[in-house]
Amino acid sequence: MSHTVTATDSRSETPRPQAQTPEQDVVRHWNTPIVFAVFTLVSLLLFTLNASGKSATFRISTPNDAVHIPDLVAPTVPVGWVITLLMAALTVWAFVSVSRGRNVAGWQAALFALLLVAGFLVWVVGSAQNTSVFLTGLIAGSFVLAVPLIFGSMAGVLSERAGVVNIAIEGQLLAGAFTAAVVSSITDSPWAGLLAAVVAGVLVSVLLAVFSIKYLVNQVIVGVVLNVLVAGLTSFLFSTVLAPNSSTLNSPSHFTSIRIPVLADIPIIGPILFDQTVLGYGMYLIVAALYIGLFHTKWGLRVRAVGEHPKAADTVGIKVLRTRYINVLLAGAIAGMGGAFFTLVSSSSFSKEMTAGQGFIALAAVIFGRWNPIGAFFAALLFGFATNLQYVLAILGTPVPSQFMAMLPYLVTVFAVAGLVGRSRGPAAAGTPYTKE
Amino acid sequence: MSSTATTERPERGASRSSAQTTSGAGSSGSVMREIMSGNGMVTVLAILLSLIISALLIIFTNQDFLDAAAYFFSRPMDALAAAWTAVTSAYAALFRGSIFNYEASSVTGMFHPLTETLTVATPLIIISLGIAISFRAGLFNIGGQGQMIFGAMFATWFGVHLQLPAGIHLLLVLIMGILGGALWGSVVGALKAWTGAHEVILTIMLNYVAINLVTYLLYTPVLQAEGSTNPVSDALEPTALFPPLIGDSFRLNWGFVVAILATVFAWWLLSRSTIGFRLRAVGANPTAARTAGISVRSMYITAMAISGGLAGLAGMAQVSGTEKVLNTDVAGSFGFDAITVALLGRSNPIGVFFAGLLFGALRAGGVTMQVETGVPIDIVLVVQSFIVLFIAAPPLVRTIFRLPQPGALKARTSADPVTQPLAAGVAASTTATADGTTHAPAGATGDGAGLADAEEEATADEADVSSTPPDSGPPLGSHPTAEEVHQDEDARRRAAGEGEQL
Repeated sequence: MSHTVTATDSRSETPRPQAQTPEQDVVRHWNTPIVFAVFTLVSLLLFTLNASGKSATFRISTPNDAVHIPDLVAPTVPVGWVITLLMAALTVWAFVSVSRGRNVAGWQAALFALLLVAGFLVWVVGSAQNTSVFLTGLIAGSFVLAVPLIFGSMAGVLSERAGVVNIAIEGQLLAGAFTAAVVSSITDSPWAGLLAAVVAGVLVSVLLAVFSIKYLVNQVIVGVVLNVLVAGLTSFLFSTVLAPNSSTLNSPSHFTSIRIPVLADIPIIGPILFDQTVLGYGMYLIVAALYIGLFHTKWGLRVRAVGEHPKAADTVGIKVLRTRYINVLLAGAIAGMGGAFFTLVSSSSFSKEMTAGQGFIALAAVIFGRWNPIGAFFAALLFGFATNLQYVLAILGTPVPSQFMAMLPYLVTVFAVAGLVGRSRGPAAAGTPYTKE
Repeated sequence: MSSTATTERPERGASRSSAQTTSGAGSSGSVMREIMSGNGMVTVLAILLSLIISALLIIFTNQDFLDAAAYFFSRPMDALAAAWTAVTSAYAALFRGSIFNYEASSVTGMFHPLTETLTVATPLIIISLGIAISFRAGLFNIGGQGQMIFGAMFATWFGVHLQLPAGIHLLLVLIMGILGGALWGSVVGALKAWTGAHEVILTIMLNYVAINLVTYLLYTPVLQAEGSTNPVSDALEPTALFPPLIGDSFRLNWGFVVAILATVFAWWLLSRSTIGFRLRAVGANPTAARTAGISVRSMYITAMAISGGLAGLAGMAQVSGTEKVLNTDVAGSFGFDAITVALLGRSNPIGVFFAGLLFGALRAGGVTMQVETGVPIDIVLVVQSFIVLFIAAPPLVRTIFRLPQPGALKARTSADPVTQPLAAGVAASTTATADGTTHAPAGATGDGAGLADAEEEATADEADVSSTPPDSGPPLGSHPTAEEVHQDEDARRRAAGEGEQL
């Protein structure tokens, strides 16, 4: 059968130019404009027509800060209208672009998303019982929640760019969290814990790599099974070993945040960029390194070649399988660090299945961010923001039930995958094992 | 148990392949070789290997063993005895809790564990059938959990709020359960068909949406029990419950019969019906299926609707059978367990049924094991995932046990199109060169293309066709949309047509 297919291929190559008129060359994708239109409608109905009429206050600095910035006061109704009109304009633009056969640009989608978030924020804070929110705290909190997601999504980008779908991020995070907790408790050194987390992440990756690259098992299946395996293993060991000896084995010593003087006093971005733990700073380094590495170095070009067209890469002498192994293992190391963040920074100790699906969210961030480290970084931030907003709003007392707030990131991902991402494609060979002929 | 089912297919394939290869090699040695390299053997060994690994885990976390190991070099027998006791007591408890309790005082008590296994296996089998069907259509339905929740939600509402005569009420609740799951499943199918979004991401995301939605509804009067502050529904009306199957002292109910019927249905659907044929064709090669006139788009929606419907039925079986109320934990980890069950059963309904029984036994026995020996039930997850890993990679198991690797022809018929899409294709191409014969188009190879041979025909077909694997190169975000494939295909057909004219 395969012979027949190739035969058809070669036959269709030559006459194609005559067979197709220019109109048929353009495939129009209406997903993005339609999603835009839906959200504009939501914005119109909720943010403007259903606005509370009160003003939302965003506090930026506390009285003790070195630099004082006045509070941002947003009257819900006018702001709602402005945002809705801007969104409507973007929607019209998107429709016009698509009807002329062009795609909606990435920055347009990003701007639209930003408007949507801003509109939602003003509306939801304005309709809460307490209409004043500390914006700096909200954003800083989002960063803390986003750190493991960012690590996880970097792991996803790295391995998918080399052509291996990494569903096992969840397992890598969990394995990292577990070993970091145990080793840091035993050695009393968070650095040792971090190292152990990296090793654990790599071990999970070894399984992923061996099964998917050597034994050609479907990558999605290996990923899913590895998640179950790690969840089972860590829960088992937690109940049998950690719980009875929690003072010696599950009380990790933590990383403390390193505050860079002066710079950390800059409003809003100060605490985010200059008051982080080692892992926080490391995260920025990794994002930057991956972006430069993947798109501006020879190594990155090779990795992407392997992910897009392994056969071609092999033909020019790139070792496909070795590249894939290395990338998957590196991905495991990065995800392991993300896991360490759970037990060495954000929570006091390890608990059963503490990653709670964050690995899957990281996977969504990879796609949302179009397999680009920078994009995935911002997508993960958005998810962190949504989660933190849910906590903050629960305190403020909003009309939106907390479950719907919790649902929001997932629904947004569904819309994004179905619409906003539009024509962006992942690495063409992701998911297909490569065998030399 | 499960081995009998899984051997069935490969052995039929094996007899065919041996008939095809040569006439002289029919000695008893080659029969032995067939058995040793067959999938059934791999399944058995995979289960064995997983139990051994778990035994090691149990030993190295056992306090008695660790104490005795401290003086291992002076008295090694102590440590070995402690290890032996730890493992045998745990596995004996597993057996007593799942199959036959030889320590019980009454006959009822002795067979109680077996009925528990069947009870636990009921929803697992049903949902796994759904997952298996989606696998056969080339779709990775990770969303069994969400679909199960939807089924349970629908079933609960109709089971709590309506007063109807006995039989009709149960039937209505059953249909509603299926509808609920089918609804949530077809959302995924539709999104995939129309926008090209990848079903893995969609289903994972919709799981979370479903969990949050059911939690929300369980806090509103729609589902919450009157006067309750907890997220729990009222008990379903007695008319909406499955009656007990073998007496009131057992939890086993007619839901198990439904599971058997669902298995028969899934078998019929996949191997005897036109829809099933189309689903498998789309799963094997969407492009080829489209060329053959099958609407890939509607098949995606159909497959997800059927898959979701079965998951919803599992949710219904859970609330109408064992739980009798709806809570937020109704789907538990069924969604992910079902994936492992479907893989263990090699996406074949009969295999899935027995794999479901096996995992049901592990779960039921795991509870007893945890209570009696203190070995946490989480070990069951470890066993399950190792079994699936080993089953998915037969060469690994064969290497560990030094079994003969099957010949190329054998690999062609035995390579699992779901777990190893490309392997199947590769095996097929090597066969072609080894034989020195070119493959005739699918369907013409076998002796009879009649429906009776549909099952093994399909395996061979899939291996043939899947030079582009079921999920050819899925970037996890978007596929080429059906529309795009369609246009591409149109162009190709036109081009081919013109080529012929020239």
